[in-house]
Amino acid sequence: MRELINGAQAIVRGAIHSGCDFFAGYPITPATDILLYMIRELPKVGGVAIQAEDEIASMGFCIGAAMTGKRVMTATSGPGISLYSENIGLAIMGEVPMVIVDVQRMGPATGGATTVGQGDIQFLRWGTSGGYPVIVLSPTNVQECYSLTCKAFDLAERFRVPVFIATDKETALTITTVNVEEFSPIQVRDRVIAPKEGEFVPYRVNASDEVPVMSPYGGEHILRFTTSTHDDHGQLTKNPEKVSKLNERLAAKVSRHVDEISMVKVDVQAEADTLIISYGVSARSMNEAIAMERERGNRVSALTIYSLWPVPEKEIKAALVGICKVIIPELNLGQYKLEMERLAPDGIEIIGVNRVDGELISPEEILAQGGLL
Amino acid sequence: MTETLNSTYLDEALLPYFFCPGCGHSTITDHLNAALVKLQLDPRKVVIVTDIGCSGLADKYFITNTLHGLHGRSITYATGIKLANPELKVIVLMGDGGCGIGGHHLINAARRNIGVTVVVFNNFNYGMTGGEHSVTTPIGGVTSSTPYGQLEHPMDICQTVAVNGASFVARTTSFDKGLPELIVAAIKNDGFSLLDIWELCTAYYVPNNRFSKNLLENTLTALNFSTGIIYQMARPEYSKAYRQSVAEELGKTPVPARPFQLKYENNLDQRLGIVMAGAAGKKINSAANLFCRGAVLSGLWATQRNDYPVTVKSGHSVSEVILAPQKVGYFGIRKPEVMLLLFKEGMAAVRSQLAEMTEMDTLFINSDLLPLQTRASVVPIDFKKADRWANKKEYWAIIALARLLVEREIFPLLAFKEAVSARAEFAEANLAAIEAGEKMK
Repeated sequence: MRELINGAQAIVRGAIHSGCDFFAGYPITPATDILLYMIRELPKVGGVAIQAEDEIASMGFCIGAAMTGKRVMTATSGPGISLYSENIGLAIMGEVPMVIVDVQRMGPATGGATTVGQGDIQFLRWGTSGGYPVIVLSPTNVQECYSLTCKAFDLAERFRVPVFIATDKETALTITTVNVEEFSPIQVRDRVIAPKEGEFVPYRVNASDEVPVMSPYGGEHILRFTTSTHDDHGQLTKNPEKVSKLNERLAAKVSRHVDEISMVKVDVQAEADTLIISYGVSARSMNEAIAMERERGNRVSALTIYSLWPVPEKEIKAALVGICKVIIPELNLGQYKLEMERLAPDGIEIIGVNRVDGELISPEEILAQGGLL
Repeated sequence: MTETLNSTYLDEALLPYFFCPGCGHSTITDHLNAALVKLQLDPRKVVIVTDIGCSGLADKYFITNTLHGLHGRSITYATGIKLANPELKVIVLMGDGGCGIGGHHLINAARRNIGVTVVVFNNFNYGMTGGEHSVTTPIGGVTSSTPYGQLEHPMDICQTVAVNGASFVARTTSFDKGLPELIVAAIKNDGFSLLDIWELCTAYYVPNNRFSKNLLENTLTALNFSTGIIYQMARPEYSKAYRQSVAEELGKTPVPARPFQLKYENNLDQRLGIVMAGAAGKKINSAANLFCRGAVLSGLWATQRNDYPVTVKSGHSVSEVILAPQKVGYFGIRKPEVMLLLFKEGMAAVRSQLAEMTEMDTLFINSDLLPLQTRASVVPIDFKKADRWANKKEYWAIIALARLLVEREIFPLLAFKEAVSARAEFAEANLAAIEAGEKMK
């Protein structure tokens, strides 16, 4: 059975199938559809969805609700991520499981409200003070808007960090024919809640990369949560030993478990010496370019990256074996190319195919600028 | 835990407070404790949310749940907590600084009448960062950032929230012996409560202004700021009102799939790129969507990408539709096989695509827009001759798409008709428009 649906609807469907029961957002093109769908759909499952007074409040509502045990999501576009920034830091510090959708539009600043962009890719990773890791997933089509949203909720529970869906205007708003069967429910892990009996210490862990168990406000235990560096009890501390233990754990709990997060699609052709790497809406152009090139009898490999952050280094390095040339199309001035330059051994030619005019990169452009035509 | 009386809600092991000697924060914190003792709330059902600033040091002493958040944003966390779990008692402790940077949240929490209690520790300056002026510094007040005296008028926090929908508003000083009862009343109020408590900052405002209890009280008089309960009005509390307003939705299927029955044939063996360009408000996007629905009913795979300015009823409106016998990957259209150019507003937006079109491609064009330089084969549509449709421009897109189906037989007109029939509100007019397009040839 087929239906016509856009990415925004697929994200909402994925969120609700994942048990999302709280949403707060502020209108912004091209993310508004998600806010409006959530306001209409969430009450059907007993959830709460609200338009906040601004983006800062959207994040604040979500953080408060998450700590009462809700599965929370918010959605915005680049300018809104700017306003989310400080609270993203708070969500990292307090270890708040939450999903943040960034429907990217062209920047900088107000940029092009109704035009596509992929210019937030480094911003999402480094968009708050301190430089601690977050998780960023990027769907290339409507079905993946659904499945990666489910995955985002799962990873948010696993790691207690903000998990971003980095999508864009075209992926979220282009109406697409899909097979209904492709939206089969994806298992999302339950929140790990502290047992009723015994002492609960909000941030106590047994290992340097462990994620503490939660107990919600209003639950069996007292919960302390703070934006400041804190001890196991959630009490502010400046003790260097405790602070270092906390901060290093906030990084290690993600960085030592990249394998649990990495998601790529490898489409290797034997003896190909050219690899095209892409993500999000630009991966659709890449796939078409690959098909055209193979049609002409040329060998070329493709790597789609779904988990942009943390960078799936192992998978990228494996795909680079035997490769002389890497082409990376993206709707920015070469942001993810920076990661390729960091990872590729000397001697590999790295070509960026970039557009920042609000138009999609065409398959022909990839081939031409990549020197394949 | 609720069986035995709580004689205090403070963690005695952490006392004395870390506040400066003589600071009003100690007194207010004591009185908040006294109020909680009077109320005998289960500490697990209480969340004390603090802002940044010296008042933000207060939560650590309480044995209740706590959240210490960003500067000015404490009300937003409190709102999220209350919205998520209305049975919790949520108390916000913030300074006059937080009321400044977070003024927007203050106003909107009041407007919602969300059931949180805001206790403002108002000492007219920023005690934590070096005694800078705040939104409540009285005129002439000397602070580190107003060394020549404050020029800005002090904000009336109480009136601000009172005129914006708060349901309990009171002002007093930290010297008020009746403060615990006032806090009790504020917490007992079901909706948004605010207590503006004036007090002394002994580190900065007192020495910089030779300020005292007497001068503080004189300032209240000089500003004509009343004390005690200054506003009280029963209004529906937001988290409860929200649940009531959406109650009938509960149990309905969220984001239901609306599958198509593939009941018609199609004549497409390869991808077809169709660009329809027109004006905003002329139902370009919705007509394209109905067309896609007809295509899907006929077993095709469709994508529809829309382009429009931020305005709703002015400027261009373009729909790019791709129909294919299999799933569509890249959904850009560099060279359309078909273009429908209906209104002049859309011309600039599709100029480069028009330039790519060749003799193999077809341009359906509103004859008013001719002559036009193009290599594409041109099918003019004279909407003026379409009798009753001449002035119903919002149906021209449907007419043109019907005309396209007659010309190219991509999928049956019957499928298009079925698709428009599913939208009851416009079904009749849309069906008539399709028939008008049919007759045009």
